[in-house]
Amino acid sequence: MDLSTFFIQTLNAVQYGLLLFLVAAGLTLIFGIMGVINLAHGSFYMMGSYLAFAISPVVSESFGGGLISTLIIGVLIAIVIGYILEWLFYSYLYERDHLQQVLMTYGLILVIEEIRSILVGDDVHGVPIPQWLSASIQLSDVMTYPVYRLFISGVCILLAIAMFLILSKTKLGMMIRAGSVNREMIQSLGVNIKFLYRIVFAMGIAIAALAGMVAAPVSSVYPGMGQGVLIICFVIVVIGGIGSIKGAFIASLLIGFIDTFGKVLLPEVAGVLVYIFMAMILLWKPSGLFKAGS
Amino acid sequence: MKKSQIIFLTFLMLGLIALPFLGSEYAIDWMTKTMIYGIFALSLELLVGTTGLVCFGQAAFFGIGAYAVVKLSADIDNPQVMYLLPISILLAGVYALFVGALSLRTKGVYFIMVTLAFAQMAYYVIHDTPIGGGTDGIYLYNKPAFFNIPISSSFEFYIFTLICLLLVFGVLGLITHSRFGRALSGIRINELRMRAIGFETYNYKLAAFVISGMIAGLSGYLFAVKDGFVNPELLSWHLSGAVLIMIILGGLGHLRGAFIGAFAFALLEEFFRSEVIFGAYSKYWHLGLGLTIILCVAFLPRGLFGIPALLQNKLIGSKKDSQVLQNEEGL
Repeated sequence: MDLSTFFIQTLNAVQYGLLLFLVAAGLTLIFGIMGVINLAHGSFYMMGSYLAFAISPVVSESFGGGLISTLIIGVLIAIVIGYILEWLFYSYLYERDHLQQVLMTYGLILVIEEIRSILVGDDVHGVPIPQWLSASIQLSDVMTYPVYRLFISGVCILLAIAMFLILSKTKLGMMIRAGSVNREMIQSLGVNIKFLYRIVFAMGIAIAALAGMVAAPVSSVYPGMGQGVLIICFVIVVIGGIGSIKGAFIASLLIGFIDTFGKVLLPEVAGVLVYIFMAMILLWKPSGLFKAGS
Repeated sequence: MKKSQIIFLTFLMLGLIALPFLGSEYAIDWMTKTMIYGIFALSLELLVGTTGLVCFGQAAFFGIGAYAVVKLSADIDNPQVMYLLPISILLAGVYALFVGALSLRTKGVYFIMVTLAFAQMAYYVIHDTPIGGGTDGIYLYNKPAFFNIPISSSFEFYIFTLICLLLVFGVLGLITHSRFGRALSGIRINELRMRAIGFETYNYKLAAFVISGMIAGLSGYLFAVKDGFVNPELLSWHLSGAVLIMIILGGLGHLRGAFIGAFAFALLEEFFRSEVIFGAYSKYWHLGLGLTIILCVAFLPRGLFGIPALLQNKLIGSKKDSQVLQNEEGL
């Protein structure tokens, strides 16, 4: 492996890891704060990709405007969907045990997949990269790196910083962090826990959908795309420690590197590497790298 | 045995014995598949319902049992149940010993994820290496026979599966009522207390894990022989998820619940897939299945098994009900 290949693979690993972080962050927040195992989280990632596919032609026709307005409209739709779903289904799950949550969210996966199948069909679709991001950077004589992938990394980093600031500097973030440590206590201090949960849930869904939207031009849009992401993101959440955003961030990058370089260096066993890594981490630290609240 | 258990088993037996004489070839085939899933669900019930260990990688043991029989019978002219079945079960058990020994160090959600990780490992080994034949899977050409008795027609295989199911029911019934099974229930309810009164809970849990893996291996063996075909999807997390859904749907904490759940799951699948009822929409059968599962969670928190108690409570409001529920909690 020469230097420029190494450089490209490093960029790819970072980009993949950051994208996974967006999905895993919502998962770990919902998990850590509300105690809900949301198997359907991958479906929201898929929903985001399909949203990008479905609304980008409409947006460019009616607003004449490209990627950014598509992303904003898509996120707004995702927030509304997340809010409604929380109200309809998830709000019943907080008091139930984990197995009931697994059962219901598994049912939701089936329903969402089929609704997608009815609305959009089962074909694989492509989403075009907007003109102003379609260039490539020349790295060496034969190697180039597409600008759009850098754009994905940039969006992810911005979101990660925004999430970090919201969680650590604002009053909302303070309530969220307090809620993940002791739910009854902040309720008795007069915080409307139901509303807080709904906000966190809608936020988690919107971030996952946004990840799906920015990834759509690179990964293309296909049925069942959410489920592969879901399992990997659960691995990340568990490695990082449930409820820990910092843990999810570090674990995402680690998984991004292991997966990307595994595929290059050891293609035969690449699929297993991530899981071996997770098993080793958990045998070493049975509750993940960073425990929530620390 | 309680009266309700005897009634359930009698009706089950009568129904299952009568079916091949009344039903068509398709019905026999369908019922065989359902019984195999029933055995698979029972294996998980020992872990989840009795011991309180939520294993999300049960499909690995199922798949190993299935692949074992296909690989081992490949070059043999006259394969025999007598050694293929024990070896398949043993291989699944060995993998369960390995997985259990490591993953039982973790708890709760982490345990769920570690068992999933080990199942995914098995999946990728089968999927990516030459032993498993890749995505296409492998065919089983010679169905194993029992000494001179062939087990190849769907009727013969139905009887064979039925015997296996009853044996599994019997073994698990004995286990749950033995001192060992009581100890497992104790671990589910309060592991710390069990340790305090002198039980090496790790060994108990490991034993339950291995037994469960072996029974799952048995169901995998049956599945491979029935279909004559295996592919990596048998080890995928979808199957681990589906079997978990079956036992939750049926109601945890009862062997009957696991079987009822497997049966109901297969029945729902069949119902929503039937073109007679749903016409062109039968293509989207996941939608109906998913909605039914969601409704079950909303209205049947104790699973299908809890329906009688629920009805009794609604209609008569008997005092006995609360006592029954208490007993179940304590079991």
